[in-house]
Amino acid sequence: MVRTLLIRGMLVGVAAAVLAFVVAKVFGESQVGLAIAFEAAHEAPGAPAEPEVVSRTVQSTIGLFTGLLAFGVAVGGLFSLAYAVAQGRLGALRARTTAGLVALAGFAGMYLLPSLKYPANPPAVGNPDTIADRTSLYFAAMLIALAVVAGGFVAARRLAPRFGSWDAALLALAGGLVVIGLAYYALPAADETPEGFPADVLWRFRVDSLAIQATLWATVGLLFGALTERANRPAPVRAPGATPVSTLVGEAPTAPGGSPVATGA
Amino acid sequence: MAHPGVLDAPAAPAPLPTIPLSELAPFALFGSLLALVLLYFVGAEQGAVSLVAGSNVHEFVHDARHLLGFPCH
Ligand SMILES: [Zn+2]
Repeated sequence: MVRTLLIRGMLVGVAAAVLAFVVAKVFGESQVGLAIAFEAAHEAPGAPAEPEVVSRTVQSTIGLFTGLLAFGVAVGGLFSLAYAVAQGRLGALRARTTAGLVALAGFAGMYLLPSLKYPANPPAVGNPDTIADRTSLYFAAMLIALAVVAGGFVAARRLAPRFGSWDAALLALAGGLVVIGLAYYALPAADETPEGFPADVLWRFRVDSLAIQATLWATVGLLFGALTERANRPAPVRAPGATPVSTLVGEAPTAPGGSPVATGA
Repeated sequence: MAHPGVLDAPAAPAPLPTIPLSELAPFALFGSLLALVLLYFVGAEQGAVSLVAGSNVHEFVHDARHLLGFPCH
């Protein structure tokens, strides 16, 4: 069962990466190009040109796709494991609703919340000497956000019997926002945009980054939900000679959505 | 029809089965490790830390790293 979910998640991640690549290619790459042009124009005069290890053409096509693919498969796999934990534990939700919620939580924890503190930066923005600090801080923000999101679900479940599920969810959300706010207040700010970098390029690059991540997570959540609902659907009653209806129905409570799940990946 | 009550069931779908955490653990370990390795190569290799010499990995996934929001250079 978990194995099927894990494989389904990783395959859905491949599909999500393809769509994310389309968004990245159509919208994001033009801003990357503009940022690189700014970088080239503002290099110290007379400085030797950096050797191009990988050409821009490769970086913006196969390299971009490979990176998105690896990220999509990783996200899809992690998502499916989170879904396996959430299934049946978030109240009486359908598979697609559960998948949608888990994807929303993953998007918030792995991208949206960390990016509010440390937003995506195009080439030329960021001091190469601080890359180690910036990477640690970014992953720290991601870990904090993921912990807060997961803690929010646990808290909402605990509070639900007392306050009802809607109020419990709102309380958990409010608590999570307070914790995130305090953590972000304590973390150092990132402030490395070079003098004269076009604000429009920076803004569009960040919106494009958001669009790429939103496309990826939405595809993962919605497609995974749809496929899981299809796999959970009871097998259609076959023509004469097949298993009698009474047997099929009688078996339903002991294995709701049991065997069909194991067969559909 | 030995189970008349069950025949009404399709109107209200049965709640989804929970998966015991003990059954999940081995997959969670394997899946998370695999995912973390992939995330590491897209998000950090040859930036802040470097397992493979040179900068080929970094340069190859460069655009994805920037556009996915990871710190790059
Ligand atoms: Zn870079």
